[in-house]
Amino acid sequence: MSHAGQVPDQHGRFGPFGGKYVPETLMNALIELEEAYLKYKDDPDFLEEVRYLLKQYSGRPTPLYYAERLTQHLGGAKIYLKREDLNHTGAHKINNTIGQAVLAKRMGKKKVIAETGAGQHGVASATVAALMGLECKVFMGEEDTKRQQLNVFRMKLLGSEVIPVMSGTRTLKDACNETLRYWVSHVDDTYYILGSVTGPHPYPMMVRDFQRIIGLESREQILEAEGRLPDVVVAAVGGGSNAIGIFHPFIEDASVKLLGVEAAGRGVDTEEHAATMTKGRPGVFQGSMSYVLQDEGGQVLPAHSISAGLDYPGIGPEHAYLKDTKRAEYVPITDKEALDALSLLSRMEGIIPALESAHAIAQVLKIAPVMNKDEIIVVSLSGRGDKDVESIMSYLAAEEGTQP
Amino acid sequence: MSTTTVPNAIDAVFAQLKIKGETALIPFMTMGDPDLDTSVALVQAAEAAGAHMIELGVPYSDPLADGPVIQRASERALKNRISLTDCMTVASSARARGVKMPFILFSYFNPALQLGLERFFELLKEHGFSGVIIPDLPLEEDSETRALAEASGIHLIPLVAPTSEARVERIAANAKGFVYCVSSLGVTGVRSTFHEGIDQFLSTVRRAASVPICVGFGISSREHAERFAGQCDGVIVGSAIVRQVEEALPLLTSDNESERKQGIQQIQDFIAELKPRTSAS
Repeated sequence: MSHAGQVPDQHGRFGPFGGKYVPETLMNALIELEEAYLKYKDDPDFLEEVRYLLKQYSGRPTPLYYAERLTQHLGGAKIYLKREDLNHTGAHKINNTIGQAVLAKRMGKKKVIAETGAGQHGVASATVAALMGLECKVFMGEEDTKRQQLNVFRMKLLGSEVIPVMSGTRTLKDACNETLRYWVSHVDDTYYILGSVTGPHPYPMMVRDFQRIIGLESREQILEAEGRLPDVVVAAVGGGSNAIGIFHPFIEDASVKLLGVEAAGRGVDTEEHAATMTKGRPGVFQGSMSYVLQDEGGQVLPAHSISAGLDYPGIGPEHAYLKDTKRAEYVPITDKEALDALSLLSRMEGIIPALESAHAIAQVLKIAPVMNKDEIIVVSLSGRGDKDVESIMSYLAAEEGTQP
Repeated sequence: MSTTTVPNAIDAVFAQLKIKGETALIPFMTMGDPDLDTSVALVQAAEAAGAHMIELGVPYSDPLADGPVIQRASERALKNRISLTDCMTVASSARARGVKMPFILFSYFNPALQLGLERFFELLKEHGFSGVIIPDLPLEEDSETRALAEASGIHLIPLVAPTSEARVERIAANAKGFVYCVSSLGVTGVRSTFHEGIDQFLSTVRRAASVPICVGFGISSREHAERFAGQCDGVIVGSAIVRQVEEALPLLTSDNESERKQGIQQIQDFIAELKPRTSAS
């Protein structure tokens, strides 16, 4: 299987997926962005600035931690956690926002915009905007601004403006739409820091490249710790940026199984889930061709997950390609399974994972016990759970309330 | 294919208007807002008001190119579960009731893709459409769609924007029907000012295009229509009309027949008011 370095092609295609399906007004902005990115991506000064900030500002490299108690508890494969939660701002999102903000500055842009669901990408964008002296607006669904008031306050504290989005579902999907609409209106002086490996080309490629650091470090660290590659790499997938980041450097290692975990919400047989790969089909959504949760007529369906970061009816086009070429496998995990995994990891290891990452942990709980003790799992712990404590409390309260 | 030699009704209308020295008035309406029967009646009203052709808008869950007015209309229509094929039936129903003007379907790409592009063009033809506009299908992505459009004799009408710059030439050179010039940066909707380089932009498109050019996005009054009448061959009015529909909803959804007629008459009067008064008329 040859893959890495060959996709996307010059049209931003990962096989049939990807592309640039946007209004004509944005086409030149995307072309300009692609040209700027291609110009700087191998530029030593650019790379050095990004590397410096990742190290001195965000605290990279993040540890690859051997979860010994969890491993013993499950009695199977050795489990290593890639601690992206230890990044500045508490998640992998900053790997990308640092890269894009350095690029925006090189492009001479003074204003940036970003979309956010739970607020992690919004906070990471507001953070780098403060760091670089850029004016920042963050679009956030009105529902999410209520669910994540603390993150709204954080962004304001960092000097960004938070714009509640009142259209459609008032969650991440419509925050993305509104950010694109704003960009259409202000494309001459504004840089859009897109937060995942979704949207029109070059974003899926560029965001992947900025997130590859997760996989590059993991690969080096596991070789150092174990002297060999892992058998399985597991990561949660919403739009898919932490997953592609950790998968990508392993793609050409045929022995390494890549496992993406998507949110099944209340179950893939209900209408309340975000299981894009399991229940969706190919379509064009928010600028690219990929798997989409949609009805028969091509209207995009609202997604559901307890995790706001996975609550999205689309997925990055490279994941669609990895699925169809069978290089990666995608499986669903329910709200309940994720919460149980969150509790277990908290009690076994003293690490409260983000609800997104808890989905990946939940899949590990399923596979580790049936694997051999000399096998190795590396799982992306993409973010910390502090932000979710309130949602978890209200979910558990509601569950108890429904019991007789 | 022999079908490509069949004259397209859009071309015929522009040819007639050119002789008369008139500018085309092209209204846009969201289909199924508030229901399909009303949409048919509104299409009839638009022709009676003097529209030369009409854009029938397909409601979509994620209308990226649209402002709040058309977003709300889409949401209302989707609550009634209006599908792409439902929208197409408005054209054939209006035709059956004697409407003569050409129909242009305005749809985002995904509904067409899910129907299947071949089937999409078959149905467009069956229901009597002459053109189609797909706002999220730029030049780079349109080759399959363009080939199918040409084979079925339906014009795939491209958009150009003030930011298109060097792309104008490439887009306009192969355009069919007309070139849809986006008046300003931003989404559809009423606005008080146009892009500052608009006149320069329109003359650039004019030079590059061998088909008529029309301007849209933010055209909401006769004053606007007349401002552009000399520079282009047609004006497209969308959000301003959709907003009139929204305001007339209590009448349009009334149980009382005469109130419904009054609602439709209001929209007709509004469209008639938009028509630029050229020296010839």
